[in-house]
Amino acid sequence: MAELMSLSDAVAELVSDGDSVALEGFTHLIPFAAGHEIIRQGRRELELIRMTPDLLYDQMIGMGVARRLVFSYGGNPGVGGLHRFRDAIEHDWPRPVEIEEHSHAGMANRYAAGAAHLPMAVMRGYAGTDLMARSTVAPITCPFTGETLTAVPALRPDVAIVHAQEADHEGNVQLWGIPGVQKEAVLAAKRSLVTVERIVDKLELAPGGIVIPSWVITAVAEAPGGSRPSYSLGLTDRDNDFYKFWDKMSRDRQQFTEWMNENVLGKELSKR
Amino acid sequence: MTVTMPEVSAGEVQTIVAARRLRHTKTVFIGVGRPSTAALLARMVHNPELILVYESGTIGAKPFHIPLSIGDGELAETADAIVSVPEMFNYWIGPGRIDVAFLGAAQIDRHANLNSTVIGDYAHPKTRLPGAGGAPEIAASCGEVIVIAPHAKRTFVEKLDFVTTVGHGTGPGSRERLGFAGRGPTAVITDLGVLEPDPATCELVLTQIHPGVEAGGVREETGWELRVAEELKTTEPPTDEELGKLRELLER
Repeated sequence: MAELMSLSDAVAELVSDGDSVALEGFTHLIPFAAGHEIIRQGRRELELIRMTPDLLYDQMIGMGVARRLVFSYGGNPGVGGLHRFRDAIEHDWPRPVEIEEHSHAGMANRYAAGAAHLPMAVMRGYAGTDLMARSTVAPITCPFTGETLTAVPALRPDVAIVHAQEADHEGNVQLWGIPGVQKEAVLAAKRSLVTVERIVDKLELAPGGIVIPSWVITAVAEAPGGSRPSYSLGLTDRDNDFYKFWDKMSRDRQQFTEWMNENVLGKELSKR
Repeated sequence: MTVTMPEVSAGEVQTIVAARRLRHTKTVFIGVGRPSTAALLARMVHNPELILVYESGTIGAKPFHIPLSIGDGELAETADAIVSVPEMFNYWIGPGRIDVAFLGAAQIDRHANLNSTVIGDYAHPKTRLPGAGGAPEIAASCGEVIVIAPHAKRTFVEKLDFVTTVGHGTGPGSRERLGFAGRGPTAVITDLGVLEPDPATCELVLTQIHPGVEAGGVREETGWELRVAEELKTTEPPTDEELGKLRELLER
């Protein structure tokens, strides 16, 4: 059964230096509060895994948390590039970051294989692209039809962290809206933390809602507003202006550092 | 129309031309930016039944506003169905259920292959771009691909720095050899005109220019010896309805 913990305790217990950590959420339900707590606790040498690094990994990379990045689209959705991500790859600032990149289909299938505890997934993709040589994928022949397909290795992160709308006191989690790879990430990982907007007495099943039972989750932590500036459908709105602000502000290393010091490092959690 | 239209911008023409391409399309896969605007415009003017599919898993989204991201709340709230990312790629894109996909790119070559990964050397890039996202599999499997790109020499290049997405590969037969079910790029819509692959060679040929544009000017902005179709068409100027609706959409 999942243990209900404070966010700071959960991060301290689940995430260690050097771990492979997947914070997922496809545009929606991005676990910003948990990522910020990882930064505050000074975790280092992490292998950060995420389909769309988004602003959260831009912040974590810029703060020197990552040794390695596994991803499929490193952009600021609808706005442009990610300046800290670019600075790390182009100029090794604040430290060199090794990269392993895939396509979305490849990453999604890698999570699904991880959730199934299979060593790999089989798909049509990567063929003919330069990604094939730059990634950890390989051609495979279908034993039934002879068709050449692509095998992608399963993702089995040490820790998966996702955000959801709500959990009950037993730690059963419900999320709705764009589901991304939330469920796959939790089931693929060795340990998992779900942060939620609210703890409720009883889960009222929402249309299209996905329930992740408590017994496949390691820890649940309440983190109201924990997906901002991303959003939790029905409870908070995506702060599109912040995504635009980030594009301007984060271009400069010093401005970025000051912003992080003031808005992330300087903000202690109320409950420790 | 209550106000007189100011002059039409090249970007507006590009969006309007892209929207016209969707007149008889059932399903379209779109990213954000100009493609999304074009698809919303198509629903308003040409094809109210057009089904919009966004990478975030929102199928049949009917946003009133142009979304900033592919995962904006309005897309989820108005969708007919919302699916996970593995389902989106494995059950919807892979089997070719989507008729048309719009894609962009930082670089495009004469066979409509696309680069959205790096400019310069991979290990030490001059510019690190966002990367593949869904593009390789979208281009492989959707019924056809329409590329939307600004027409400039640095975009239309002789050789890609990185092949992120295969268009027509090295020419005829490439897609078949790779096992791609979709037809690949059928048009590249730029702010200057439209390029379409020659059926025999799969090489992009200038087939249409927007009003006020000269073929020579398009060739100058292209990094390879761009061929011009014998029967070069000129884009029909935007109608009052198209322009009015587009501006209304952008104002929302």
